[in-house]
Amino acid sequence: MIEVKNLTKRYGDKLAVNNISFKVEKGEILGFLGPNGAGKSTTMNMLTGYISSTEGHILINGNDILEEPKKAKANIGYLPEIPPLYLDMTVDAYLDFMFDLKKCKLPRKAHLNDVCNLCKITDVRKRIIKNLSKGYKQRVGLAQALINNPPVLILDEPTVGLDPNQIIEIRTLIKKLGKRHTVILSSHILPEIQAVCDRIIIINKGTVAADGTADEIAKNITNEHKMTLRIEGATHTASDKAEITAAIKAISGVKYVRADMEREKGIYDFDVETDGQTDVRRSINQLCREKGWNILMLQLSDLTLEDIFLKITMGEELGKDSEKAKNESKPRPVINLVTEDEIAENSADDGDEDKKEDDE
Amino acid sequence: MGAIYRREMGAFFTSGLGYVFLTVFYAFSGYFFYTDVLSSKMTDTSPMFVSMFIIFIFLIPVLTMRLLSEEKKNKTDQGLLTAPISLWELVLGKFLAAFTLFVIAESIIFVYAIILKYLGDVVWQTLIGNYVAMLFLGAAFISIGLFVSSLTENQMTAAVVSFVVMLILYVYDDMFLGRISNDKILDVLSALSFRSRYVEFTTGVFSAGSILFFISTAFLFNFFTIKVLEKKRWS
Repeated sequence: MIEVKNLTKRYGDKLAVNNISFKVEKGEILGFLGPNGAGKSTTMNMLTGYISSTEGHILINGNDILEEPKKAKANIGYLPEIPPLYLDMTVDAYLDFMFDLKKCKLPRKAHLNDVCNLCKITDVRKRIIKNLSKGYKQRVGLAQALINNPPVLILDEPTVGLDPNQIIEIRTLIKKLGKRHTVILSSHILPEIQAVCDRIIIINKGTVAADGTADEIAKNITNEHKMTLRIEGATHTASDKAEITAAIKAISGVKYVRADMEREKGIYDFDVETDGQTDVRRSINQLCREKGWNILMLQLSDLTLEDIFLKITMGEELGKDSEKAKNESKPRPVINLVTEDEIAENSADDGDEDKKEDDE
Repeated sequence: MGAIYRREMGAFFTSGLGYVFLTVFYAFSGYFFYTDVLSSKMTDTSPMFVSMFIIFIFLIPVLTMRLLSEEKKNKTDQGLLTAPISLWELVLGKFLAAFTLFVIAESIIFVYAIILKYLGDVVWQTLIGNYVAMLFLGAAFISIGLFVSSLTENQMTAAVVSFVVMLILYVYDDMFLGRISNDKILDVLSALSFRSRYVEFTTGVFSAGSILFFISTAFLFNFFTIKVLEKKRWS
């Protein structure tokens, strides 16, 4: 349905999109995920023919967007980041205009009624767009994209600025639309993408960082599995900590063990990372039985999409930033309960936030 | 093209700009009709038509300033440029909408002609010749204004720049032609004078060459506008 080959966009020296390729099949809902400024909107603008690509090809239903723009564009319904609404028109007049602009051959009245019902804007059809709330404006924008039943829908951050109820409504609507249309939507909100999309493409700094279903991406990104254990040692003192750490480390398949803070008196938590192939839970259990220790808790912490996203989009800088934060050693209130590890972790978190702000 | 034309016509009247344009046009042309024709107690309409050139300079920029600049500013151009239409349809739709309003405005001439008819004889050939000249001069100026509007996101900038361009075309004869002594260069440059071509019509001469000149200008600037929109996609 949509085929993108080696798509590149350069603004002067700045490389906005760098050699992106992907295919979208009929009836698929594809999510573009990426931080602000990653190149999502630029890619979408190229897909819809609003701007041209510096290099590469885009085929929409077999039509090249630059070679046969009219044919290709007739297949697309586009909701840009800012809906292209004429604020001084009524909803009806605007949809009429878009109907004519798209040279729609469907029966006008029935089709517009359908679209309005689908987007739930029937109540406001006589009102002037300027006076509508943000949520309604967004829905009018969506209605506009749906006119002429285009086989491909491209929605740039369709839920931005909506309240939680509206977000759920729009998501449900998109899912419904996905049955009849091929949908590409972008977002920087993870749960949204997870809830709606069959497939996810993570874009970072203009390149495809990952492509697949949420599970596939999770598997590709990391071979390790993490778990958190709470083990009660024999002596209930700090010496337990070292002993248990060493013992777990000796189990084959364990890549990394780290003793965490004292959660209950004399009892410690341990973060364990494995190589992903061996299931070490039984070995640990056996170890504890032999030594007379008790496992009080075992929690598998699989990576969420959020972790993946963070890992992909700021993976490289993460290490650097946290070290930098450590070196700067900002004065911060130290609470006795907090271990040094946690302080390091917190400062690493701060580093992330700084990074995010920079991106924006 | 039809969709854009209809929307643009609607926008002229919902935004009030159309009413302002017509009112000011009628007020000033009425004033010129009174001072140049009625108070001179002659039915010669030529001085009035000469004065009309000044109205164009002030009012056509108002007509064209928001045509493309506002689309860009409100990002509604995304809707237009991703719709299955060609840039010709887009630009011509806008051009024809502004042109229609201009025709409505200048047709007031016939009201003046009817008034004159009660007072004396009207030379219809000259009058209609002038009307046609105004039409095509207007078309040329509208295409220039539309072109300027495609260059900026700010309607005020578009209006001021178009105004300055048309003002230069108005004073072109006095500013440049008077200073040139070489006959050959003068011939070429005076062929480009919008004002002298237009004034020629008011003396009763119908010059097909001048009409062609105005049409060519309109075509050329509409073509430039399309190139500007196209370039934006490629940059």
